[in-house]
Amino acid sequence: MTLMLFLLAVPTLAAALAAMCLRNLVHAALCAAICFTGVAALFVYLGAEFMGFAQVIIYVGAIAILLLFAVLLTRGFETLSPLRARQVPWPVGVMAALITLAVMTISVVSSPSLLRPRTAMVLRTRQVGDRLMTDYVLPMEAIGLLMTAVLIGAAVLALRDSNGAKRRRVP
Amino acid sequence: MNPLPTVVLLSCLLFAIGLGGVLTRRNAIVVLIGIEFMLNAANLNFIAFWRYGPEPEALRGVMFALFSIAVAAAEAAVGLAIVLAIYRHWRTADLDDVDELRGDRL
Repeated sequence: MTLMLFLLAVPTLAAALAAMCLRNLVHAALCAAICFTGVAALFVYLGAEFMGFAQVIIYVGAIAILLLFAVLLTRGFETLSPLRARQVPWPVGVMAALITLAVMTISVVSSPSLLRPRTAMVLRTRQVGDRLMTDYVLPMEAIGLLMTAVLIGAAVLALRDSNGAKRRRVP
Repeated sequence: MNPLPTVVLLSCLLFAIGLGGVLTRRNAIVVLIGIEFMLNAANLNFIAFWRYGPEPEALRGVMFALFSIAVAAAEAAVGLAIVLAIYRHWRTADLDDVDELRGDRL
């Protein structure tokens, strides 16, 4: 049981670390897709099959492909502009992340309520559908409205404006 | 053995990796990937606490994670559209170069 968890966790974290460290952005986006798949496997491991499938469909199927498209539509590598120095040196960011990790780890390890054994159940997709149509019907409508707004908004933002507004091309 | 602390620690690690990427990398797309990692860590916590928490039949954690995934998808779509618009305008997706609201770079 625990061995299975580690077998799922190690590739997920390794892919996440690789996605954050690799210079080539195409490789970074593909590593992000691997990490999303690992998280979906963890959902299935935790008994929430429907969430695992939703994760695969939305993250691996849509968001990872969207990231790849964005990488390929922009310049696919990180340019190091020699004119300016970095505004935040990278050890500062790493230190901030490590401090956050340390604080969260200490609070998790020292929490007594996490160690209490509890009952576990398996998610049935039918229950999710029942809940969505009864108790959570208003949030679901709100999400639908948000999705429509996002669909239109993203198209408007990414649209090339065709009214001939002159823009300086900065090389 | 109760795997809840292990899963929560795992999601802490994933969150820290995403946070480190957001704070250190300069390309806007990598920053968005880091934000997605942090959201995934939060979803993992929701599912873990649903599974091993009190009242699992109420499905609160699952519902919260489901809506969180939907909002994350919306955020990624709008974020990448903004990155494309910025790239078209400045010919770069480097966040250190895009540091002013006034359109033309000096």
